[in-house]
Amino acid sequence: MDFTPHSDADVTRMLGILSLERPEDLFSHIPEHARLDGALDLPTPLSEPEVMARIGGMSARNTAGLTCFAGGGIYDHYLPPVVRALTMRPEFVTSYTPYQSEVSQGVLQVLYEFQSMVAAITGLPIANASLYDGPTAGLEAVNLAVAATRRSEVWVSRGLNPHTREVIETFAHARDLTVIEHPIVGGRTAWAHDAPGEPAAMVFGQPNYLGVIEDYDEAVALAHDKGALAIAAVDPIMLGTLRSPGAAGCDVAFAEGQPLGNPMSFGGPVVGLFAVTEKLMRRVPGRLSGRTVDRFGRTGYTLTLRTREQDIRREKASSNICTNQTLNAVAAAIHLSWLGPNGIRETANQSIQKAHYLAKRIEQIKAVHIGVDSAFAREFPVLLPLDPDEVVLAMAERGYLAGIPLPHHYPDLPGGLLVAVTEQRTKEDLDGYATALEEVIADA
Amino acid sequence: MRDPGARASSTPLVGGSAEPTLRDLSAPGRQAWSLPDLDVPRRNLDLPEMADAPPALPEVAERDLVAHFTRLAHRNFGVDLGAYPLGSCTMKYNPKVCDWAAELPGFRDLHPSAPAQLTQGILEAVVEAERILCELTGMSRASFQPPAGAAGELTGLLIMRAYHQEKGHPRHKVVIPDASHGTNPASVTLAGYEAVSVPSNAKGMVDIDALRAVVDEDTAGLMLTNPNTLGLFEEDIEVIAQIIHEVDGLVYYDGANLNAILGVVRPGDMGFDIVHSNLHKTFATPHGGGGPGSGPVAVVERLIQYLPGPIPTPAGDGAIVWEQPAASIGRVHGNHGNMLVVVRALTYMLALGGPGLERVAQRSVLNARYLEHLVGKEYAIPYTAPCMHEFVASAENLKKETGIRAMDVAKALPDYGFHAPTVYFPLVVDEALMLEPTETESPETVEALAKALLEIADVARQDPEYLHDAPHHTPVSRLDDAGAARSPVLTWFMEDSQ
Repeated sequence: MDFTPHSDADVTRMLGILSLERPEDLFSHIPEHARLDGALDLPTPLSEPEVMARIGGMSARNTAGLTCFAGGGIYDHYLPPVVRALTMRPEFVTSYTPYQSEVSQGVLQVLYEFQSMVAAITGLPIANASLYDGPTAGLEAVNLAVAATRRSEVWVSRGLNPHTREVIETFAHARDLTVIEHPIVGGRTAWAHDAPGEPAAMVFGQPNYLGVIEDYDEAVALAHDKGALAIAAVDPIMLGTLRSPGAAGCDVAFAEGQPLGNPMSFGGPVVGLFAVTEKLMRRVPGRLSGRTVDRFGRTGYTLTLRTREQDIRREKASSNICTNQTLNAVAAAIHLSWLGPNGIRETANQSIQKAHYLAKRIEQIKAVHIGVDSAFAREFPVLLPLDPDEVVLAMAERGYLAGIPLPHHYPDLPGGLLVAVTEQRTKEDLDGYATALEEVIADA
Repeated sequence: MRDPGARASSTPLVGGSAEPTLRDLSAPGRQAWSLPDLDVPRRNLDLPEMADAPPALPEVAERDLVAHFTRLAHRNFGVDLGAYPLGSCTMKYNPKVCDWAAELPGFRDLHPSAPAQLTQGILEAVVEAERILCELTGMSRASFQPPAGAAGELTGLLIMRAYHQEKGHPRHKVVIPDASHGTNPASVTLAGYEAVSVPSNAKGMVDIDALRAVVDEDTAGLMLTNPNTLGLFEEDIEVIAQIIHEVDGLVYYDGANLNAILGVVRPGDMGFDIVHSNLHKTFATPHGGGGPGSGPVAVVERLIQYLPGPIPTPAGDGAIVWEQPAASIGRVHGNHGNMLVVVRALTYMLALGGPGLERVAQRSVLNARYLEHLVGKEYAIPYTAPCMHEFVASAENLKKETGIRAMDVAKALPDYGFHAPTVYFPLVVDEALMLEPTETESPETVEALAKALLEIADVARQDPEYLHDAPHHTPVSRLDDAGAARSPVLTWFMEDSQ
């Protein structure tokens, strides 16, 4: 295929005007010995039907049709067709970052509304225009706290998503930050109140990675007592029914925003949500769309507080982020407006009710236990008498993606399998899952 | 009002009054959502931390929200509407077949934790994209975890750090040209390094003597775009690489401008050790109004062990498994990176094949050179070296003569149906206009763009006030950016507290 419009005659004509003979002459100023003299080992061009057959074949070699009980931040919620129909408008899909505000009012206003709705669900007044995903948003939250407190120690709960902890660890290493992990006991964080040190931040999941609902008041009071920022990693759908991090007194909230408007997409592209108190506004990483007026006094939107950003501030910027996940934020905004206050609450409540129904069913299976003794929301660990990696493969043969094996990140939970439930799972799915799990264990 | 008289896309944006916000469209009791009734017995779970009321989201009917977002789309320019010569951003046409690929349920509905045995198809796509990318860049292996260019830069710098750390000391300085993208110095700081700037010479290229003067045993490496941000090929690139290698530093290639050299010359052959590519530029994945992108990092053989992981790797039996590089810097994304962007890019690579990818470089340079030729008489080209896929022109003469600045020229272009160029970047050129037509615009479109730029210069002489007020055919004009920053209103909630 070829997406350049030029005919050979066009090329000849243009080269002639430039006083060049052959297309290669365009590169004659590049030192000859650096230029490639032979063809690279690249594929033969394909026609469109051939490309579709090739890529379609790859797609077909994935087992995507399984009934999904995996979560860990990426959830299989119902996605109304209206979200894709509007998100895929070419004006949204094929535009650049909205630097030229006059020709970018559409994206800028959607981002303003996205920011407003992220503020609404997190209970915090300021939200940005998106980050890459939940875990990298967690890293940005830590960076913000380190800059705001001028401290270099970070306390994280072991109940924080292990991938978020790994991303923080990757950068902490380079930045000489000390990361101190606090254990989980019975599923909840057991903060070491008397631990020495001056943390910049205390970071925890709400609900945490194991699905357990943490005690906001304890974490927030301890953080503020230590002079640290209280940072909560939240599940955006659960904010339909759980107390918001803003209401609980947190300084920063971040989230994996995929459940809002985005398919699971093998984990990307998804969208990071990021919200802060008004006091921290000027430390926010990434883009911010702000409301203003034009020369006629008409309402309009523009990228604002730009002096935080890399293209203005260079080495002193609050973050290096440039391209973020705008189209995924557009999808999230459309989905949030479709859900409204009651839709998000019902989605959250149904997911929780169904998770607890499934947990009751699983508890009845011989030699299987629920791995926590604290209240959980829509996700919970199951302790199996078998290797959970093997169980996942056996369950896949029965049509289920059973969950996320936990021993890789929690060696103290051998046999652990993290099971997530969304409102999409019917009673038949839940009963079928429990029956299949019982069979797999009985067959072993 | 002047009629710019170009194509139908001259005035693609519907002007007039503002679009209400969702909050304005909201009324209690309106509803778009629909869910089945709960089909398991509802229990009183008595959970802690429950909210008293649901979040304060708007309540809108589906019909109203569809009209709202459609009208907002009408207020936005995109590549599908017309040429988008935004320099350094490579806003080329995004083929629809690539969108089709990313929507396939076999990719779209995959959970990232699904084991490799169940996801061989997408892993094959990643392995194939990695192979083609390495062949084009002259590198050995790549990781697709970095979700954007800036994330790729940071990843590359952490690899640099790990390399030096293993030799005993991470070093302190990273050298970057003064004309580099702002993400470069910002990434350097985030990686715990100090950015040392090196000036460009009168030819618009790295000043070799100045480079020698700042490079020493404490230099971890150099970050460079080639062609550079002026659109010029750094002719002394091999000397530059040698200077860095002499102190055992690493040379980092910022792939922002990779489009210009596909199949012509490879970063690996020029002496680069680490390369990030922007799939959302060079490999035609749509920019989405500011993402998602994808910024894979590729490295030479001796740095493979530091790549972020795990990485899909073919095992002996033909199956693809996740493999963690031996001394990996760790994880830089929550999952595997922007995988559906990689699927789009692979679709593009396979469609074009080797000859098509080489044609991309040729025709992007041809279009840029042609546009430069057409507008050069009016807008001075400050450097004499032939441009690659983009060039920087200056409106300095126009400003002296008429008071019309680069910003005014940029603001006037949308009235002609074109997006604005990048302005005031790089900072080394006064009144800079950075134009990148890309290879997917026809000669006629390039000519129409040139004609518009020349006409704007004419208008500047006859009626500068008209240009001070441009654009005239857009929904809003000349927003109060200073006011927006002085009293920020970033959410509905801040409107209420004003």
